[in-house]
Amino acid sequence: MAADLETIEKVRSIDVGEYKYGFVSDIESELAPKGLNEGIVRYISAKKNEPEWMTQWRLEAYRRWLTMVEPNWARVEHDAIDYQDLHYYSAPKKSPGPKSLDEVDPELLRTYAKLGIPLREQEVLAGVERPRVAVDAVFDSVSVATTFKAELAKVGVIFCPISEAVHTHPELVKKYLGSVVPVTDNFFATLNSAVFSDGSFVYIPPGVRCPMELSTYFRINEQKTGQFERTLIIADKGSYVSYLEGCTAPKRDENQLHAAVVELIAHDDAEIKYSTVQNWYQGDANGKGGICRFVTTRGDCRGAQSRISWTQVETGSAITWKYPSCILRGDGSRGEFYSIAISNGRQQVDSGTKMVHLGKNTTSRIISKGISAGHSQNTYRGLVSAHRKASGARNFTNCDSLLIGENCGAHTVPYMEAGNPSAQFEHEATTSKISDDQLFYCQARGLDAEEATALIVNGFVRDVLQQLPMEFAVEAQKLIAISLEGSVG
Amino acid sequence: MLKINNLHAEIDGKKILNGLTLEVRAGEVAAIMGPNGSGKSTLSYIIAGRPGYEVTAGEVLLNGQNLLEMEPNARAAAGVFLAFQYPLEIPGVATMTFLKAAMNAQARQRGEAESTTPDFIKKVRGAAKDLKIDQEMLKRPLNVGFSGGEKKRMEILQMALLAPKFAILDETDSGLDIDALRIVADGVNALRNRERGFLVITHYQRLLDYIRPDSVHVMARGEIVRSGGPTLALELEKSGYAAYSDEAA
Ligand SMILES: Nc1ncnc2c1ncn2[C@@H]1O[C@H](COP(=O)(O)OP(=O)(O)OP(=O)(O)O)[C@@H](O)[C@H]1O
Ligand SMILES: [Mg+2]
Repeated sequence: MAADLETIEKVRSIDVGEYKYGFVSDIESELAPKGLNEGIVRYISAKKNEPEWMTQWRLEAYRRWLTMVEPNWARVEHDAIDYQDLHYYSAPKKSPGPKSLDEVDPELLRTYAKLGIPLREQEVLAGVERPRVAVDAVFDSVSVATTFKAELAKVGVIFCPISEAVHTHPELVKKYLGSVVPVTDNFFATLNSAVFSDGSFVYIPPGVRCPMELSTYFRINEQKTGQFERTLIIADKGSYVSYLEGCTAPKRDENQLHAAVVELIAHDDAEIKYSTVQNWYQGDANGKGGICRFVTTRGDCRGAQSRISWTQVETGSAITWKYPSCILRGDGSRGEFYSIAISNGRQQVDSGTKMVHLGKNTTSRIISKGISAGHSQNTYRGLVSAHRKASGARNFTNCDSLLIGENCGAHTVPYMEAGNPSAQFEHEATTSKISDDQLFYCQARGLDAEEATALIVNGFVRDVLQQLPMEFAVEAQKLIAISLEGSVG
Repeated sequence: MLKINNLHAEIDGKKILNGLTLEVRAGEVAAIMGPNGSGKSTLSYIIAGRPGYEVTAGEVLLNGQNLLEMEPNARAAAGVFLAFQYPLEIPGVATMTFLKAAMNAQARQRGEAESTTPDFIKKVRGAAKDLKIDQEMLKRPLNVGFSGGEKKRMEILQMALLAPKFAILDETDSGLDIDALRIVADGVNALRNRERGFLVITHYQRLLDYIRPDSVHVMARGEIVRSGGPTLALELEKSGYAAYSDEAA
């Protein structure tokens, strides 16, 4: 309840038109020369001191990528990306690798403070009611600080930058990296495999319930740097983990490319909850600038009765191309996708999910809430399929679109493929507009037009917000209000 | 307190109000009666600031403040409250959340402190109890799936919490059962005082038996065609509006 009100306060306190996180940290950084070739791939690998097997893995991906063409089926339009005009590696110079917070560049800490990241352990610990959150902060390409590591280690949870895991847990990385999103998967995923910079690695041992929410904040800082995060999360038998990813980026004039890969693996009876709150710079009113995201996120319910749930709140970026998916391999496994996708201004969102039912008695649930405002285009694209052997597969899909204003578009593109006659797929979809009368009703009670819109939109997305951990639901509500600024009136 | 002078208004090119003049003094309960389509709801919407109407002439003043120049939320903060004839549903927004948002928004505009959450909850609970509104209902999304009578009661709950200077009740009695009518009337009567003005729109004497008006006005074809004391309502109850529809040219 309080959260709605906070949303409203937030809307008031924010300077409309100014992207709140649009500042640039003044930190010297180390850049790879522009362009992409085998030399750059080797450079990245060498910068990270990677073992030969990792270098070869990257090179193989790079060679594969050369043979691929950029996909063009999504409902997004953008200038052609010049892959030779990007830097593929950038690292803050003063922070070559993870170290204790005392050694971290104070400018960097200030940057995070502006973003409101609870980086300092004390701050996190001080909040009595607040569940503790371990943060692995990624600044451009290199993880600079990892908190709570020791406490997690006590229960055997590994939570570290993936660049570190390559060295400390090569057997796990070798076994799982690329096992959900193969090197050959798609143009952007293959590119990521060749040049991925850093990201988080999580391993939860059998039977362990991760004692805290794990969280990574990504932030793009350097101009013209492609971001190629790579996240790998493994929940071993009977374990549980909740992982949160929050993203913001400073204002930039040129489009920045982001091609992340997230892989989740859930073994027997394990559960992974993965939540994203994304608020990257969306470009100015004319659609100039902003982040272009081509993201491959996929979970593999490898074990019986395993469970993976994706919750996403997507409010930023100029272009979003993202389909968090679940491969329901284990018998009785369950996949969930809860999504709030908001587009305003000139944003283009093409997002959805794939639920691939392979095992018996697998179930999936999709709740998607798309909100389009301004001149934006918002597409839900979903695939639900049941393999011929997936008897008893069940899916429920609910896709609601809300339109604000006359110039935006909402599109729903659901695909269903039932290869087994016993499959039961249910699909509901609605498209609605915020009615002038609803707005007036709220205004007649004292809310201004923007507060009223934020309140109604928060009501519209409530089912999904409830899936987020409490304190992130609050953050998400604030973002929703911020991202709808200027959409009414 | 509320002064409406020679108000002319139209919507989509159709003239609805034709030089309506009406004054309601502080502490007064004024009842408006009139045939369907005579413009009663239109009048209440224009006072509250619903977009879409074009006011071609006239003015609406609340304690000298020109309401027509103000945004609807500013009017609310200035003390105008409209209990809607057809309250709107706000899916996904818990009634409690809505009430707090409304109260805080008004407090902020007036530069007053927002009430603390425990105070707020106490106030809402108390007001709900007086109106025999189940506490469980406050957790449900506002008006979604509420019965007609429940919606009307919820309007009065909002009025009680927002404590307006001037309240318009647009057919709050329609859809209420006999017991609910009494409860709602008691709720309104409890708010009557020397400062607060009311404009009660109704078709039935029954409501006015409970909420005794100080004045009764007959509206027809977008203007006030007759004004009188409480007995005027009884007269209308018997004779209907036939006399007034003939009058209009
Ligand atoms: N958008 C519109 N375009 C044209 N006419 C309209 C529009 N909205 C309302 N009207 C008309 O304005 C007139 C006044 O309507 P209003 O709702 O104010 O009447 P009322 O007195 O409240 O009636 P009731 O007693 O039935 O509630 C009606 O004839 C109605 O059809
Ligand atoms: Mg009416």
